[in-house]
Amino acid sequence: MSIDLTQDFFALFGLPRRYALDDSALEAAWHALQSQVHPDRHAHLSDVEKRLSMQWATRVNEGFRTLRQPLARAQYLLELAGVDAGLETNTAMSPEFLMEQMEWREAVEEARDAAEVAELEALHKRLLVHAREVRGQLAAQLDDERDYEAAADTVRRLMFIDKLQQEIDEALLALEN
Amino acid sequence: MALLQIAEPGMFAEPHKHRLAVGIDLGTTNSLVATVRNGIAVCLPDETGRTMLPSVVRYGVDGSVEVGLGAMKAQATDPRNTIVSVKRFMGRGLKDVAHIETMPYDFEDSAGMVRLRTAQGVKSPVEVSAEILRKLRERAEASLGGALVGAVITVPAYFDDAQRQATKDAARLAGVEVLRLLNEPTAAAVAYGLDNAAEGVYAVYDLGGGTFDLSILKLSRGVFEVLSTNGDAALGGDDFDHRLFCWILDKAHISPPSMEDARRLQMKAREAKELLTTCEEAPIHLRLASGEEVDLLITRDEFAEMTKHLVQKTLTPVRKALRDAGLAPDDIKGVVMVGGATRMPHIQRAVANYFGQEPLTNLDPDKVVALGAAMQANVLAGNRAEQDDWLLLDVIPLSLGLETMGGLVEKVVPRNSTLPIARAQEFTTFKDGQTAMAFHVVQGERELVSDCRSLARFELRGIPPMVAGAARIRVSFQVDADGLLSVAAREMSSGVEASVLVKPSYGLSDDEIAEMLKSGVEHAGDDMMARALREQQVEADRVIEATEHALEKDGGLLSATERAAIDAAVGALRSLRSGTDHRAIKAGIDALGRATDEFAARRMDNSIRSVLAGHKVDEIEL
Repeated sequence: MSIDLTQDFFALFGLPRRYALDDSALEAAWHALQSQVHPDRHAHLSDVEKRLSMQWATRVNEGFRTLRQPLARAQYLLELAGVDAGLETNTAMSPEFLMEQMEWREAVEEARDAAEVAELEALHKRLLVHAREVRGQLAAQLDDERDYEAAADTVRRLMFIDKLQQEIDEALLALEN
Repeated sequence: MALLQIAEPGMFAEPHKHRLAVGIDLGTTNSLVATVRNGIAVCLPDETGRTMLPSVVRYGVDGSVEVGLGAMKAQATDPRNTIVSVKRFMGRGLKDVAHIETMPYDFEDSAGMVRLRTAQGVKSPVEVSAEILRKLRERAEASLGGALVGAVITVPAYFDDAQRQATKDAARLAGVEVLRLLNEPTAAAVAYGLDNAAEGVYAVYDLGGGTFDLSILKLSRGVFEVLSTNGDAALGGDDFDHRLFCWILDKAHISPPSMEDARRLQMKAREAKELLTTCEEAPIHLRLASGEEVDLLITRDEFAEMTKHLVQKTLTPVRKALRDAGLAPDDIKGVVMVGGATRMPHIQRAVANYFGQEPLTNLDPDKVVALGAAMQANVLAGNRAEQDDWLLLDVIPLSLGLETMGGLVEKVVPRNSTLPIARAQEFTTFKDGQTAMAFHVVQGERELVSDCRSLARFELRGIPPMVAGAARIRVSFQVDADGLLSVAAREMSSGVEASVLVKPSYGLSDDEIAEMLKSGVEHAGDDMMARALREQQVEADRVIEATEHALEKDGGLLSATERAAIDAAVGALRSLRSGTDHRAIKAGIDALGRATDEFAARRMDNSIRSVLAGHKVDEIEL
């Protein structure tokens, strides 16, 4: 087993290449890796080692960030499986989903324009529940069925939901200021 | 540098000697220097036994530079040449500094960082800060009996790139090798956490003289992980003084005061504020230059009422930090209070109310940052002992981004990302045949470029002419463990590159620093060449020692030929080091660096493999 900067993040963290993930194992591996490679551990060494340390620590942080977030992790798994999720271009979503999205979006806009903090918070919670369901589907598609085309579709749906969640956060933030 | 002082001339120090390293809290009001002695962090006192050095610098008409208490005493009589709270000006332009109209200085509004006209000419805040650092370095070297290997210097967590860079530049001017810039609340958490073997999620509420930080940290099995940080880089105890100062002016019908009166009234305001920490009321008595008498009395309640909005202002960053960490106030196990300003009773009350628990005040809020920095410095210098198996994972406080069309910001590195971090973004040309592209790097959370801090502008030239949208320009941001940014841009199809170490629009250019160094050295009657030689010798010693240590530990990773090449490079550097040509020594250091490149990479792989060996490898699907 050769270890280099091109190794995939699951192998780097010693975790199985799956969507379902043991959060505490990921965090433990992150800490263990950083305790070897972090620049603070190499501050008294040569410039070469300092540079390598920064590269490695950067990569380890990138890996942690990618694997920790469910959406980023799913996108990464698709990438490893060689499936182009077409996230930028392929926005051909089912009409039902687009309809649903529009309804959500209208609800958010109405609440924002009326400065309804409670309503925005309620939407936030409902959306969280919804996202959890969709992630459940994603886990089945990626880990059990290995249906990457279907998973790519689910990932795109999750991205819409994620975007909406961010808009609610921003609206809440704006109302608070 | 320690190697020089512990070895006889021409001899080599033994490896694994204790290296002299310090932590420096470069504060708005006071500065401290601390070190780890026999495993315990202690603040180093001056010859009169004081550990706190007032962050005041006076440029005398006679050419003398006075730092600390003496300078502070002169502030009422010589306000223009006596600089207090210089930290507020670091990496800042004139328009960024609050209450500038009441400050008794002669400002020069140059492009970029604000400057001050003094009896000794125009001074940059970087130079003023360097005087404070130099004083602390001298104190430490006198106290520890040798030259320092380096220092960890603390900065407010909410300092942006320009302010961090300015701090690092000040250290360079003061001849202090920076081992790391450490965030003040993180330093406090280290001191608190290690002393109390704390585990769990803690908040650090750090209200200094001029800055406010709130950091949320998770402490678990020796790892100090910053979950989020927020703050206000222009809010501190000074603002409470200022509010009281304005109240005095109003009550005593003074407008406007002379420079001298203003400074004395500010001092009175601060004294009264401090008195109100322990007393219910404080008298304010002063005879003005005009002979007029000021005779007022302020109660604790009145003071609390007039500064209520400032206390409230600290709670906004608290809320934001908690939200970024995804936590509620009752998820916090303890609140560590840092900074002299947190002694004010109404602040402690507000914090207790917000978190639903009494804040932790069992440590000295003035010293805890310096002590934490000393612990970090000790480890970074290579004095790690068995019990020092702890690690800091800190974050970037403010998002970094690029200006896009219409003055909008495209975020590249989000705030609260764990350091070090690298992120890249691709852009394309918008005109046919476009051969150059300009980039504007900004820092902040707002959507509009004009609401964020401008860090740097640079241009990528020599892009081969293509149709609009065909070029792929990849802009990479790398933020190091000090929180400092470097940016590179590259056209992917042709490989044309441009890279900048972000020397912010508000910073000093390398030429300016070189000039300041030169004049500083001339001033000290030192010899530039001697200094350059000494620096290269110290560096050569450090590199040789590090290489030998690595060979001893991991020499087995090398073939006999590879080993011989490294040994030869070490030998060559060793003989160059005993010469007097600093450029030749530098070349020798670089040659050894190249010779050990592959070895260092193998060592790093090896250490990562040792982590993986701890996992069940058969679980890994490859």
